[in-house]
Amino acid sequence: MTDRDARLLSIQDLTVALPAAAERAHAVENISFDLSHGEILCVVGESGSGKSVTAQAVMGLLPATLKPTSGKILFGDEDMLKLSESRLRRIRGERISMIFQEPMTALNPLMRVGDQISEMLQFHGMGSRRRRQARVLELLEAVQLPDPPAMMTAYPFQLSGGQRQRVMIAMALALDPAILIADEPTTALDVTTQAEVLGLIKALQAERAMGVMFITHDFGVVAEIADRVAVMQHGRTVEIGAAQEVLNHPKADYTQRLIAAVPGLTPPEALPFTEREPIFEARALEKIYRSSRGFFRGKREVVAAKDVSFVIRAGETLGLVGESGSGKTTVGRCVVRLVDSDSGELLFSGQDIAALKGNALLPMRRNVQMVFQDPYASLNPRRKVAKIIAEGPRAQGVPRREAMDRAFELLELVGLGRSAGERYPHEFSGGQRQRIGIARALALRPKLLVADEPVSALDVSVQAQVLDLLDELRRKLDLSMLFITHDLRVAAQVCDSIAVMRLGEIVEYGPTGKVFADPQHAYTRQLLDAIPGKGWRGPQQAA
Amino acid sequence: MATLEFVARRLVWAVFVILGIIIVNFILLRLAPGDPAAIMAGQAGATDEQYIAQLRAQFGLDRPLHVQLYTYIFDVARLDLGFSARQQVPVADLIFQRMPATLLLTGVAFLFSLGVGILLGALASRRAGGWADSFITVLALAAYATPIYWLGLMLILLFSVWLGWLPAYGMATIGGGAGGLAYSLDVARHLLMPALTLGLFYMAVYARLTRASMLEVQDQDFVKTAKAKGLPDWRITRAHVLRNAVLPVISYAGFQAGHLVGGAVLVETVFGWPGIGRLAFDALLQRDYNLLLGVFLFTAIMVIVFNIITDIVYTLVDPRIEVGR
Repeated sequence: MTDRDARLLSIQDLTVALPAAAERAHAVENISFDLSHGEILCVVGESGSGKSVTAQAVMGLLPATLKPTSGKILFGDEDMLKLSESRLRRIRGERISMIFQEPMTALNPLMRVGDQISEMLQFHGMGSRRRRQARVLELLEAVQLPDPPAMMTAYPFQLSGGQRQRVMIAMALALDPAILIADEPTTALDVTTQAEVLGLIKALQAERAMGVMFITHDFGVVAEIADRVAVMQHGRTVEIGAAQEVLNHPKADYTQRLIAAVPGLTPPEALPFTEREPIFEARALEKIYRSSRGFFRGKREVVAAKDVSFVIRAGETLGLVGESGSGKTTVGRCVVRLVDSDSGELLFSGQDIAALKGNALLPMRRNVQMVFQDPYASLNPRRKVAKIIAEGPRAQGVPRREAMDRAFELLELVGLGRSAGERYPHEFSGGQRQRIGIARALALRPKLLVADEPVSALDVSVQAQVLDLLDELRRKLDLSMLFITHDLRVAAQVCDSIAVMRLGEIVEYGPTGKVFADPQHAYTRQLLDAIPGKGWRGPQQAA
Repeated sequence: MATLEFVARRLVWAVFVILGIIIVNFILLRLAPGDPAAIMAGQAGATDEQYIAQLRAQFGLDRPLHVQLYTYIFDVARLDLGFSARQQVPVADLIFQRMPATLLLTGVAFLFSLGVGILLGALASRRAGGWADSFITVLALAAYATPIYWLGLMLILLFSVWLGWLPAYGMATIGGGAGGLAYSLDVARHLLMPALTLGLFYMAVYARLTRASMLEVQDQDFVKTAKAKGLPDWRITRAHVLRNAVLPVISYAGFQAGHLVGGAVLVETVFGWPGIGRLAFDALLQRDYNLLLGVFLFTAIMVIVFNIITDIVYTLVDPRIEVGR
């Protein structure tokens, strides 16, 4: 069982064709790698690299539009590409199982958690209901879910993201498969939850000597769990090797570039901001979301911000760091006055903007602007880019001509070129759209920019470019920034100071270097500990 | 319990809604020219002003409008729907007398449209763009677009006039035996065409809804999970896709169910089905205010009741939904 040389799965020269209209001919091209017993192989790549297609091909679950044209996927002595549907069905779940990225949508919302696991046992031939029940309980315990009997009868919506992912893992392990394919299983999770789930996968893998094919875009995660790494780009494998080798001495150009783009954990030298005047100050900001639940039951209250106070000085970038539900986005939205705060002051250059209403808000809108997280959803798909950018100045009364000229200038400034203005948002990639979003925010020449997770939807290399752009702009335009992020690596690189939020409160607040080097609050330490690959310092330091 | 509280709150609301409906209907009816007295007198061949005035006094139509409205609302509050001016029978009796026929017709049509509609929609979605899908889509479109009375007439022409297979009119053969199985069969033969006519439209609606919804659900992540579990296709379709896809169908079915008791004026008229729809139609022609208001009121209450039921059914089917505000 622990024969490490025994090949469990062997992908040989696999090519999968894309439909004729696609931008390249093959989703994956001539890829070959093996997976051995008891090994975690990380398949790393950016979006569109073909890593998920590879996983689907192994499961025999390729969408009908994708056809494997050559190669083999050998599992034991069977070629997965040649098996009948019924044979494949037996293998799926029983011998090879899979977990997915989005725990929120990967479970059937209308079916009890226990039934979803039990169903799998049932259709793989475990006849007795009693035995199935017992097995489900055992599995829920194995993935360390609290109160397994209660979990069995729970519906997915009653579980947190991390708990759902544990359910998915329990389901995947139900029949003791030889191979587990994990497609970005922790990408959608908070950093502390991610650390727990990674630990769980690793422990279960070791205990059962499974082969794990772990798909990810995150080198931190790779550093955390991989035995071997396969790096993919544009449907080809550019480098395969032992994890330590690839992480610390990458050979392929692309791997080197990818690794260089991973933000380091050492914050840059802090700039002396203390002598500059504060441009924005929040004092005891409070926001509670209340929803009525009826006559007899209490109101549901979510504290999104409680006694939140911070100062942003001219030219400073303050990072607001926290996990989902910490209230960081709400605070950002209160600052740009998209959400009304319940109490507290928001001082912009000494003036309290928290209570401004209607037209009185207009001058404030000019000074404080926002960059949103999702570059796909935050641009109106029916308007040309230049018009989107010019819209803010137009609303402020700038003549049309002047606003349009400014829009084209801004497009140049963010590195897209003037011609971009005449096109529609869907013609741009995610990174380019985020540049448009930044240009739109800058159109009003704001003094304070609120950036809500501006790079979390982007690939690492694109993320690095957008971060560079933001850094360049803040120097050139002397911008102050409130930078909201869940990613401590990004925060370390971008922020001068950091405020750590948890359950609506700032638990730690100080210069970035100090927070990282000497965290005072237990929660900050927990967050820092959970960063995947924190021990890995990249090839430069290791060399 | 949340559900009881929800029902209680909705019933309180319903009182106001019903009050509004009574007032609006009352005023609308009075906007139509003519009143029962004039029509009765006209049919009796009497144009004597005094006779008409006497009739009006008898029905209370000579009092000011707001007094009549007030009296009516007060009566309704005591569960008294008044007398039918024409038939001299309590309105409530008339409605309950006609109700079984209507429920039989609309209930059968409802079950037929829901069952067959969902089945066709599910079949069509299995291979979107395939021949079965094209066929079902065309069928649904035709059923959706065909005027209901025309379809009824064509069915009568085909099955009653030309082929002579099915009776064209009424609910049972006049003078037929009154007992047992033979009677049931007779009613069933009478029921077939009107129920089909009435159900086809909704069947088309459900088929289209189900198809679109299934196609959407098929692409969701949990269906991928189900496939990765190695489940057979039929199980994935039934337990995972269909269950989720049927949610929007339920809200539409609730809407249809609300109209079951109101009957189907057109179909009941075309096929001479003695239901509430035809009762209302006749009452309208005769300006039988009380009867018409009674039918409207009754229908409105049913719509409200079925809306509440639909909301509760929703919470049973989808655990994520709490009955709330």
